[in-house]
Amino acid sequence: MNYTTIPTTCAYCGCGCEILFEVLDGELVGTIPSKANPINHGSLCIKGWTAHEFVVSEKRLKSPLIRKNGEFKEATWDEALNLVSSTLKEIKETSGPDSLACLSSAKCTNEENYLMQKVMRAVVGTNNVDHCARL
Amino acid sequence: MEALKNEVETLLREGTISAFLGMKLIKGQSIPFLFTHPDDLEQLTIGEARYPLAKIILIAHKYPDHHLGIMVRGCDEKALIELYRNKQLDRCKLVPMGVACSGELAEKCNCSKPYPSQFIVGEAREISFDRAILEKIESLPLDERFGYWINQLGKCIKCYGCRNICPVCFCEVCTLEDAPLIPLGKIPPEVPAFHLSRAFHMAGRCIDCGLCEEGCPVDIPLRTLYRKVREIVQELFDYLPGEDKEVVAPLQILGDGSFEITEGNP
Repeated sequence: MNYTTIPTTCAYCGCGCEILFEVLDGELVGTIPSKANPINHGSLCIKGWTAHEFVVSEKRLKSPLIRKNGEFKEATWDEALNLVSSTLKEIKETSGPDSLACLSSAKCTNEENYLMQKVMRAVVGTNNVDHCARL
Repeated sequence: MEALKNEVETLLREGTISAFLGMKLIKGQSIPFLFTHPDDLEQLTIGEARYPLAKIILIAHKYPDHHLGIMVRGCDEKALIELYRNKQLDRCKLVPMGVACSGELAEKCNCSKPYPSQFIVGEAREISFDRAILEKIESLPLDERFGYWINQLGKCIKCYGCRNICPVCFCEVCTLEDAPLIPLGKIPPEVPAFHLSRAFHMAGRCIDCGLCEEGCPVDIPLRTLYRKVREIVQELFDYLPGEDKEVVAPLQILGDGSFEITEGNP
């Protein structure tokens, strides 16, 4: 018999609302808005209220998928990352760096977003950088 | 505070209860937590932040053979009474431990009874129940009153927070997710169908804890709306949700022929 709530930050957008994840016998069962945080003052949007659902969703990808002959096939991270880097390199060489852009995510940390733009600017050589929270 | 700790510790050690649902102090904030071991009680706190403990204790469904303790404020007690009455919880299996709210919290909540029937922490405070907002809205001409509500309800972002936080919302199938009435994924919601559907469902149920309004991201005066619903139910059926009386809820008698609308009733 074990029930606790775990304070954490909602990963859905860049606002940073504090949520309490409800954990019952090791299973994530619910989300409650934290009343202690000045960002959200005990409120949430519909996505925050359901933040526990995607964690255990059946639809969640558990490994990278690579499209082969029109069908997605499970792949290892090495295979997936090698394919991404070699394809990006090829596009940059054939069409120039400004033919590439990145759309980063509010679900990443600030640091991950920093690294994303760094890769685009310093490695690829383009300022085509944006993120999903601005859409 | 020490009195609560000692009482819970005794009950846990005696085995009278298997666990106690209360608040735990962690990194400066109080969070809902189920205490199963007396050693953990060092972190037991009361705090000023209200969470729907009466709703969280529905985890008792998973442990039907256990007795559980629960910290109750005045509002939690009223919610538990409605949950007992609606057969969601077994009264014999719960051991409520009463806590009276601080004057500051009672004022903030504009609470008509900021303490449970029995409590071991705090003191009973009577605060004047403020009906001013409701009276002000009721005094408006019909078209202005309608405009007021359409404006307020039009702010809704359909977060479902009012339902999710509500300690007496327990239905497994919710009208607010009934696609023909409330199209799923459509924002903003239907005004006022969404809100009035919920208001209807609060009739004979709402215990006026105010957690919905406290959790509303756009400050819709939901409590004012549900207070009106409470008053109507009280006038019609002499029923006030959360009162610990041997009475049946209005929805349990409607349709059995014992209630008729007469000229005296509005």
